[in-house]
Amino acid sequence: MLLNIKNLHVSVAGKEILKGLNLGVNEGEIHAIMGPNGTGKSTLAAAITGREGYEITEGEIWYKGKNIVGMSPEDRANEGIFLSFQYPVEIPGVSIQNFMRTAVNSKREYLGLPALSTIEFMKMMKEKQAMVEITEKLQNRFVNVGYSGGEKKKNEIFQMAMLEPSLAILDETDSGLDIDALRIVANGVNQLHNKDNSFVVITHYQRLLDYIVPDFVHVMYDGRIVKSGGKHLAIELEEKGYEWIKDMNL
Amino acid sequence: MESNPKENIIEEVTSKDYEFGFVTDIETDFVPKGLNEDIIRLISKKKEEPEWLLEFRLKAFRHWLTLKQPNWGHLDLPEIDYQDIIYYAAPRKRQEKQSLDEVDPELLATFDKLGISLDEQKKLSGVAVDAVMDSTSVKTTFQETLSKHGVIFMSFSEAVKQHPDLVRKYLGKVVPYTDNFFAALNSAVFSDGSFCYIPKGVHCPLELSTYFRINAANTGQFERTLIVADEGAYVSYMEGCTAPMRDENQLHAAIVEIIAETDAEVKYSTVQNWYPGDKEGKGGVYNLVTKRGLCRGDRSKISWTQVETGSAITWKYPGCVLMGDNSIGEFYSVAVTNNYQQADTGTKMIHLGKNTRSTIISKGISAGHSQNSYRGLVRVAPKAINSRNYSQCDSLLMGDQCGAHTWPYVQCGNESSILEHEATTSKISEDQLFYCQQRGIPTEKAIGLIVNGYAKDVLNRLPMEFAVEAQKLLSITLEGSVG
Ligand SMILES: Nc1ncnc2c1ncn2[C@@H]1O[C@H](COP(=O)(O)OP(=O)(O)OP(=O)(O)O)[C@@H](O)[C@H]1O
Ligand SMILES: [Mg+2]
Repeated sequence: MLLNIKNLHVSVAGKEILKGLNLGVNEGEIHAIMGPNGTGKSTLAAAITGREGYEITEGEIWYKGKNIVGMSPEDRANEGIFLSFQYPVEIPGVSIQNFMRTAVNSKREYLGLPALSTIEFMKMMKEKQAMVEITEKLQNRFVNVGYSGGEKKKNEIFQMAMLEPSLAILDETDSGLDIDALRIVANGVNQLHNKDNSFVVITHYQRLLDYIVPDFVHVMYDGRIVKSGGKHLAIELEEKGYEWIKDMNL
Repeated sequence: MESNPKENIIEEVTSKDYEFGFVTDIETDFVPKGLNEDIIRLISKKKEEPEWLLEFRLKAFRHWLTLKQPNWGHLDLPEIDYQDIIYYAAPRKRQEKQSLDEVDPELLATFDKLGISLDEQKKLSGVAVDAVMDSTSVKTTFQETLSKHGVIFMSFSEAVKQHPDLVRKYLGKVVPYTDNFFAALNSAVFSDGSFCYIPKGVHCPLELSTYFRINAANTGQFERTLIVADEGAYVSYMEGCTAPMRDENQLHAAIVEIIAETDAEVKYSTVQNWYPGDKEGKGGVYNLVTKRGLCRGDRSKISWTQVETGSAITWKYPGCVLMGDNSIGEFYSVAVTNNYQQADTGTKMIHLGKNTRSTIISKGISAGHSQNSYRGLVRVAPKAINSRNYSQCDSLLMGDQCGAHTWPYVQCGNESSILEHEATTSKISEDQLFYCQQRGIPTEKAIGLIVNGYAKDVLNRLPMEFAVEAQKLLSITLEGSVG
């Protein structure tokens, strides 16, 4: 199993948000996570990626056969965990090209590989940009500065393509996307997807799941996964709304 | 969660040594400690100076005796015992140096170690270097190439001998010895520095640069640089500096004067990396400097770019006097302070001519327990109609033990001029750091990336040779400063 989360309890600022969450993801699988606002979906992403301030009070996160609780965020990233942020962050003055070059070479250094030459790197940039249909030159664009909501999300998927993660968590990457952008993002994911890597897709809309077809759908409520099923579960949710889950849970 | 990985980084990095803190073991010729007229006569004699220059020094000294050390800076500058300093120290010459082979190999090795090759064969980029150790110039490269274009670039002492009329014509014209306490002191005891003269219409074919190195203990460094760009001339000049790590503080009081005649342009870049003292604030260089440019001719332009990362205390305000009509002054600065460093730095833009323009971009970065102040003066004289100034002063804070301050003074003497001022204060956010880390970038690299991005507008102004070094320095100076 690529990712195995056991009885995860996470507190933020002293308040318990995740309350005993279990989730197993095998290589090659796509999992969708749905659930009402504030139930802890982004908190789960933060806990998996090792964000400071998200205190794991109980439970384990196993990834590639290691319990990664306590591992630094950068090491987790370099081990192949990628998060497409719900709210990508602006870094003024830092070009996307320079940012990605630093990231790609940090990972290579971590893996004991030599840094990419400028030519190799530029070739890679070009390929991956094509994958998400970004045509502009990125050496002059600062990370997320002046980007529209949709452009930011596309840029996240571009970064994912550059870093070729084993486990990608997409936190509401579909929010704010127009139909074309949604198709581009989904295409990017589908092109990258293979039998060895896995995706955890957090979304509020079943629409995305028409493009990125999940093997499993999980419903989160109040810090736990309360229901899991196949793709049909998303459709059922869309029809019945979350009240149905809440009722069921009580 | 388990131990915070950032804490380890802090330890690792703060224990990192100042890279240039070594001492060269070389025979040095000193004058006795202390300051009086006899010492000044002795320095002047050692340098075989003409009578007029000795007179200049003595006048400056007598004036200095009437002054008090200034205390208006936002600095904790102790009373300095000026009798406890050695005012002249020179690596002892083996013989009159003619070619590179005759420069003491120990000195060549020192500059090599600092990344400054004095061997013209090995030097690929188009930069001519004047290397100054303590009170004297060791070697100036590419003098032949330059003289073909009529460019004079040599040590100040050499210029006094070879071009006394030029030196006499310009010395003290931009920064008179009466300017301030440290300027008076420098004028009395200045040792060496560089002299550049770019003749009419010449675009200097090489970047000129001076590299200053303090080596001897208990010794002050008082260099003096004079750059003259005659009508229509252009030159880009760079200045770099380092010093050994010592427990006691060392005094550095320099003067730089620039004159730009009609249609001339001078670009002056500094990467200041004097020893900053240790983590507890012990030792370090007191960097008390007067730098000023005079845009004397119409349409002349002087541009200061500085990256200040070193020194325990920095007190400097490179400014421009915009005398010629349509002349332009620029000041681009990144000042970084960490641990117990203190910087009070900024600029003065004095608009005297019509349609004069000035731009000020200042980026302060403070970390640790440091204090970082911007102090600027923009003065527009009544006659300087239609003048413009744009000032932008940004402060970036890392941690909550440090301080950032801005003192922008503005005096506008007419109605047709426009002065704009913008200021921001920000912090490196946890969000930015985590975003970088999530992409696999370790904390200290992430800080370097973010800070370099913040300072980009200024770093972009530096000549290529300097920009890379400056970027590295910024990262190194700040590593481990976010906890
Ligand atoms: N850094 C934080 N500080 C304080 N509270 C937080 C923090 N992060 C999350 N929370 C709280 O934790 C709860 C879960 O938040 P989270 O962002 O994980 O929800 P979500 O399921 O992703 O919601 P949404 O669908 O709106 O994105 C919320 O009540 C939120 O206010
Ligand atoms: Mg969320």
